[in-house]
Amino acid sequence: MKLKHLSTGLIAATLAASSLFASNVAMAADSQFVGALVYRTGPYAPAGIPYADGFSDYINLLNTRDGGINGVMLDLEECDFGYNTDKGVECYERMKNNGSTGMPAVMPLSTGVTYALLDRVVADKIPLITSGYGRADGADGTVFPWVFVPPATYWGGADIAINYVAGEYGGYGNLKGKKIALVYHDSAYGKEPIRTLETLAAQHGFKLSLFPVPHPGLEQKSTWLKIGRQLRPDYVLMWGWGVMNSTAIKEAAAVNYPRDKFIGIWWSGNEPDVVPAGDAAIGYKAMQFNSVGSNYGVHKAIKKHLYAKGNGSAKNEATVGQVAYNRGVQTALILTEAMRGAMAEFGDEPVTGEQMQWALDRLDISKDRMKALGADGLYDPIKLSCSDHAGKGRVKMTQWDGESFKAISDWIQPNNKLLRKLYTESAAQYAKEKNITPRDCN
Amino acid sequence: MKLERDVFFIILTSLILMVFIPWIAGQLSEDIFFEWPFFFEVAIAGLLSGVMYSLVALGFVLIFKASGVFNFAQGAIVLFAALTLVGFNEMGLPMWAAVIVTILIMILLAIVIERVVLSHLVNQEHIVLFMATIGIAYFLDGFGQIIWGSEVKILDIGISETPRFYFDGAILINDFDLIAALVAGSLVSVLAIFFQYTRIGRALRAVADDHQAALSVGIPLRHIWTIVWAVAGMVGLVAGIMWGSKLGVQFSLSLIALKALPVLILGGFTSVPGAIIGGLIIGAGEKLAEVFIAPMIGGGIEDWFAYMLALAFLVFRPQGLFGEKIIERV
Amino acid sequence: MFYREAGEFKTSYRSDQAILTIPQDRWFMATILIIAFVVIPIFFNEYWLGAIMLPFLILALAAIGLNILTGYAGQLSLGTGGFMATGAFAAYKLATSFPDMHILLVILVAGFITAAVGILFGIPSLRIKGFYLAVATLASQFFLIWLFNKFGWFTNYSASGVISAPPMTLIGDIYVTGTKATLLAKYLFTLSLVVLLALVAKNLIRSNIGREWMAIRDMDIAAEIIGIPMLATKLKAFAVSSFYCGIAGALWAFIYTGSVEPLAFDVNRSFQILFMIIIGGLGSISGSFLGAAFIILLPIFLNRAPSLIGLSLPVDLISHIEFMVFGALIIFFLIVEPHGLARLWQIMKEKLRLWPFPY
Repeated sequence: MKLKHLSTGLIAATLAASSLFASNVAMAADSQFVGALVYRTGPYAPAGIPYADGFSDYINLLNTRDGGINGVMLDLEECDFGYNTDKGVECYERMKNNGSTGMPAVMPLSTGVTYALLDRVVADKIPLITSGYGRADGADGTVFPWVFVPPATYWGGADIAINYVAGEYGGYGNLKGKKIALVYHDSAYGKEPIRTLETLAAQHGFKLSLFPVPHPGLEQKSTWLKIGRQLRPDYVLMWGWGVMNSTAIKEAAAVNYPRDKFIGIWWSGNEPDVVPAGDAAIGYKAMQFNSVGSNYGVHKAIKKHLYAKGNGSAKNEATVGQVAYNRGVQTALILTEAMRGAMAEFGDEPVTGEQMQWALDRLDISKDRMKALGADGLYDPIKLSCSDHAGKGRVKMTQWDGESFKAISDWIQPNNKLLRKLYTESAAQYAKEKNITPRDCN
Repeated sequence: MKLERDVFFIILTSLILMVFIPWIAGQLSEDIFFEWPFFFEVAIAGLLSGVMYSLVALGFVLIFKASGVFNFAQGAIVLFAALTLVGFNEMGLPMWAAVIVTILIMILLAIVIERVVLSHLVNQEHIVLFMATIGIAYFLDGFGQIIWGSEVKILDIGISETPRFYFDGAILINDFDLIAALVAGSLVSVLAIFFQYTRIGRALRAVADDHQAALSVGIPLRHIWTIVWAVAGMVGLVAGIMWGSKLGVQFSLSLIALKALPVLILGGFTSVPGAIIGGLIIGAGEKLAEVFIAPMIGGGIEDWFAYMLALAFLVFRPQGLFGEKIIERV
Repeated sequence: MFYREAGEFKTSYRSDQAILTIPQDRWFMATILIIAFVVIPIFFNEYWLGAIMLPFLILALAAIGLNILTGYAGQLSLGTGGFMATGAFAAYKLATSFPDMHILLVILVAGFITAAVGILFGIPSLRIKGFYLAVATLASQFFLIWLFNKFGWFTNYSASGVISAPPMTLIGDIYVTGTKATLLAKYLFTLSLVVLLALVAKNLIRSNIGREWMAIRDMDIAAEIIGIPMLATKLKAFAVSSFYCGIAGALWAFIYTGSVEPLAFDVNRSFQILFMIIIGGLGSISGSFLGAAFIILLPIFLNRAPSLIGLSLPVDLISHIEFMVFGALIIFFLIVEPHGLARLWQIMKEKLRLWPFPY
């Protein structure tokens, strides 16, 4: 059998080639390595692609327009993991020591990878920036010194949703006896808001009903029959992900549940979540920790310096300004602003993870700074401290009009006093289990 | 199709239980809201979703029936067909032309699969053939995305989701679900007739019974396999159109295969009508359980309940409701 | 020439019944063990240890577990992920409820708990066979994941339902879990455990219980006629298999990731392990390792190959090509050798025996 010889040869070749694995490509010493875990493939690619495009466009913008940060060029490397946790961890391990100083911070954009990295980042001394996902109690910087969750957390999102609903009814006092339903992805991600919502329900006297949707959420008929035909709640909140979102919106239309009483968390508020639902999605609301649109200074700069010369990351320039795209830019902005902070302290050369952590602990992107970056109004200012790794956590309510998400509120601030109490409780339990002594922040 | 007596009794018992258990649950628990119109609404919605599962399960059945291959790639085929259709449509072809082109591509795909994969694996164990279809699934997932991209695409076949009320507003049924059920129903009838009355259909059944005997009476095995994969591809296209217009054409479409598996084992791997009846039982069963039983234990039970239901049927009929009886000899 | 039994005379029952009867095989095995225990820790970097060897070893252990059930006892199962989750959550509950319990004991007891769960879900196998059983075991997969997701008790009521391994020591100050553990300690701990359990499995297969399993696999009616109790034997297979899967799950949660959510053990994990044993070789312990290597290493290699040969392609294209080539290679290897990589290895040994002569 010739094929057998061939296959033996193939095995040998594979073994020989795999010995090349270990060699990490050495980078020029004076550039800053930036590793990005992305998913441009797989089941969640529709949201992952614009996010990755936004991230890389912003990094490329800094390189072409400003010549990097303080003269240090940024060396971006993407690693596609297709939203597969195992591959994500492999990507992280592959890239963490690249460049002269290693990965400055890791931003996985995946709940599974975030959890898998929680222990590793502490050992590797690399900050984990989870913008609006991951562990909400990561907001407690004393227990999670390496985890940063700006600009918003799920618990904050839950509080704001109730705040908004209360506003619609004329104040928290009128929430008594109201019925609010939560439709959630039955996983760690979807379960995050439950405790906050239960606390608020006890406080304000509304009735909370939970509707878990099994992963991946292709079939939700029974959930929506219960909601639309039986319970008829006053408001429905949704913690959905990927294909679950558009399916939920369609099924809501199928049972005639009013879409303007249907509020999604930010991960349920991307264009790919509403577009497949067509006209059924008109009126649907979503919370966003960023504004929508492409009329901000940073977009104009990206179009001028990158797309005009054909160097944009996105296949289609229309992607610029999409919700997920703006989030990618936002993550890149948080990362690079922290780098600036680290360089201001440690000198204008590539920064290490530890220096990044120092800078993130003191991150302060003020309104003026946002203006200078061309992102005033696009993103809310962020100010972190050693103990507060979340910031103000303000969020805008937006509504889908068939074409784009339109803001229908100003920035809404969550009840940070209550949230802080919840963060501290939850983080303390984690610290107890993991035998962590919270660091002193005074 | 002759209905065996025990199959008839199993179905009858399950129907009675499906009515009785929700009713009991409604009497016992405060949380569960039981009214007859609502019960029928849930049951009808379940039956209609079940038909959508059957559409996917049909593809599995066809290939298993004719070649004994448990075709793991059926989900990938559904995705690939839908992606191709929408891709050509976006390139400017009118829908009917895109459908024809897609059908041609599915036939080509069947020929390639037969030539490259199956013809080399004749007479291998089931599990090896199963693994080979996994290779096909990986290949198709990558190939489809290279050509058509990973973004979500919209497939609008012009059926609205607007609810329609029947019986003075007591029962709500979607147009979309009804039409999908009609499509699936007619597809099954066509396939059943095809299997029963055409020459090729008889040849297919002969191959399913015994490869060697079929070969020895002069049935061209390889042609038959090509035909059956092509037909499965077209069934996949129909499933892709129906599911794709519901969910948007995207990678997640390939995951619907998991919803079709309980249907498959309940109906029996080898029975076309079994796929439909299995779909109806699974669809109605899981929806009724989710609405009338789940509130007592926390919800979200639909997925495992479908499998548990199928398991319960298997305990009574290890070959599925309509599967060929497993005869074992030493 | 290099590899032959000729001239090997066995003078005791002991040597006749050894696992490796030929000196070349013994040398070979010793070399592999030395490479695994000494060479890899010294010469390989963190990336290899933490991102490749650890998951490889742990999933190979799960593959051994499934191979016992599917490869030796002939019961096709897709519940591996659920059993791994059971092991992980049992270990977590044990470790947090009894903080003084030693890690080895935690992992072992977690294995026994999983074995009990496995027996429970193995009962339908008495009636159901083949692919019907495979799909039916998916019921346990979905049910177990749902169970751990739904009831806060399993996760000590953490808000997101995620479990996190507490730091635990092996002896003295050597941590194997938590942030203080070094990769080296984790690797050596896992490796020792996996080698030990693989040895146990190998001997189990050679004992009468293993022969009973194989008899059932080859023809269950015939096996029943010659007096092998069907119920007990099948359930034993489920118990042992689940024990291995449970330990693999506990190691995955405690040693490899540290924090996991139930979805880490979803149905894709079950499929992944099943692929490993089919590609590696059903009914072969070494095949479990080869299959795990194929399923884990090959995609990583394919993903990195373009940049290693100097091509710079967009990452999404690389991923797509990786999928296509991976699928094509699966088909290729099945066509070449349907009985798995372990069989290829045997063929290679046959060739070595005759070399340089053709026959």
